[in-house]
Amino acid sequence: MNVVVCVKQVPEVTDAELEINKEGIGILKEDLEFDINEWDNYAVEEAVRIKEAHGGKVIVITLGDEDSEDVLRVALAMGADEAIRIDEEAFELSDAAGIAQGLYHVIRDLSFDLLLTGAQSSDYGWGQVGPILAELLGLPYASLVVGIEIDEGKMIVHRELESNTQEKVEIPLPAVLTIQTGINNPRYVSIMGIQKVRKIEIKETDSGELGLSEEEIGLMGSCVASQELSLPAVGEGAKILTGSLNEICEKTAQIIRDKAGVI
Amino acid sequence: MDDILVLAEHRNGELRDITFEMLTLANKLSRENNLAVTALFLGHEVSDLSERLKCACDRVILMEDPELANYSADPYLMAMETVIKDRKPMLTMIGHTAIGMDLAPAMTARLALPLVTDCVEVTLEDGRLKVLREIYGGKINAQLAMKPSDQYLISLRTGSFAAEAEQGKSGNVETVPAPAWTNLKGRRFLGYLEAELEDVDIEAADILVSIGRGIGKPENIPLAQDFADSIGATLACSRPVADEEWLPKSRQVGTSGKTVRPKIYIALGISGAYQHQVGMKNADTIIAVNTDPRAPIFNIAHYGIVADLLKVLPLLREEFVKK
Repeated sequence: MNVVVCVKQVPEVTDAELEINKEGIGILKEDLEFDINEWDNYAVEEAVRIKEAHGGKVIVITLGDEDSEDVLRVALAMGADEAIRIDEEAFELSDAAGIAQGLYHVIRDLSFDLLLTGAQSSDYGWGQVGPILAELLGLPYASLVVGIEIDEGKMIVHRELESNTQEKVEIPLPAVLTIQTGINNPRYVSIMGIQKVRKIEIKETDSGELGLSEEEIGLMGSCVASQELSLPAVGEGAKILTGSLNEICEKTAQIIRDKAGVI
Repeated sequence: MDDILVLAEHRNGELRDITFEMLTLANKLSRENNLAVTALFLGHEVSDLSERLKCACDRVILMEDPELANYSADPYLMAMETVIKDRKPMLTMIGHTAIGMDLAPAMTARLALPLVTDCVEVTLEDGRLKVLREIYGGKINAQLAMKPSDQYLISLRTGSFAAEAEQGKSGNVETVPAPAWTNLKGRRFLGYLEAELEDVDIEAADILVSIGRGIGKPENIPLAQDFADSIGATLACSRPVADEEWLPKSRQVGTSGKTVRPKIYIALGISGAYQHQVGMKNADTIIAVNTDPRAPIFNIAHYGIVADLLKVLPLLREEFVKK
């Protein structure tokens, strides 16, 4: 089983105060930490587990700048065997279809049984790349996958639906799956682990080498004409409790008593 | 004909709420732009269900076939392709749901039509589509103006548009034949899975103490449990905690978990992604504790505490234990 995994480097925004750049089309990234997209991390772990159970190799691909090699190194340390980076330069302001085109032009020349992507990314969250790749490659696919069993040229996968429900789907190989968080417990990668894979060469390519024209990718290839970013208006929102922590907790306790009746 | 086409969503013989949310939005756009609204119903032996759509659109297109009985990507793609090529709707609307997230991206590739996913606001002006999306976990809004196109595809976020019960329409049902299934790639629907056996029912609790990523590690969960015990609350969680298997999936609040409506919902270290908000925003009183003052949870909470939940929990528990 050869497994290809698409990964993406994203900024960590959970506790960050985000600022919008002066053009209004992106966020300021200087002070942000970057990491592998959470969904992709689960996809890499799943790919490595499949390799461990069935043999074969794992190839990871990213479309990003030089710094995004970090996420490829993380994937290699987790157990991936080969890594490819597509330089993002000509892909700036691509829509999801443009990104998928870049990945497709690399993946179509690879020999694989299974292609995994994260179900979505934590930055723009289009959630499109996996199924678009499947359609371009002419392969069956399933999205939002939370369980995979492989059996003789086919898979039984569990898709996550709404309201604590899953569906069971059969899919022949080769196929494309988009991975939902929680499918496994991704292994921890130490700095030592990353050191060990330092010498693995990362193959590099770009839009020119892949024969992609300007019309297919970047702003020209995008279905979006323009975008304007803004910070969400702070509405009514919460009444923020103030004072010392003790005072805040006293107030909170009073609120709980009032709203719950007797405790 | 210039049309808005809405893909009706149903599961196990029931229409999903998103169907009427989309139809309400479609009718608003149709009033503003003088367009007709068509609901597309794909299924098998569902004509009685399709009747329920008539009051919310100008026309129902009903396509029935055993292949369409339960959602599956291949036949749905072929059916959508057939109808869209035939009717050429200006705007095709799909839910940003487990169905839409599966179907819409493959449609954009197959039909070479522009797609915007996960829209929370949608406007049409002179045939140009503008949408609002939330990015970076809801911390940034992105207003997108789409390039000119004769046809657009969008997926609409659940709960972003309130469904109106009375839409004053009375559409007719037009039955169309299913296409020959020539392009199926072998994916087969096998069945729905029962949810795991539950230890407690968080939907029945009056007070929920709900923990998120901010709890940090499983060793901290007893702190939250002790506090919950002190006020007679039940412990719930957001997605990351269930993903890590620190609490069972049956305790998860949100789109893929449970929808709850307790008297009090205390969100500890939960940033408030929309998938979580959908599951708890109708609680009578929401109290949120988070270190990040910009966390989206504070937009829907009634009371907010900007602090470390690990410092708050012992003090809060004392308030109830000492008295």
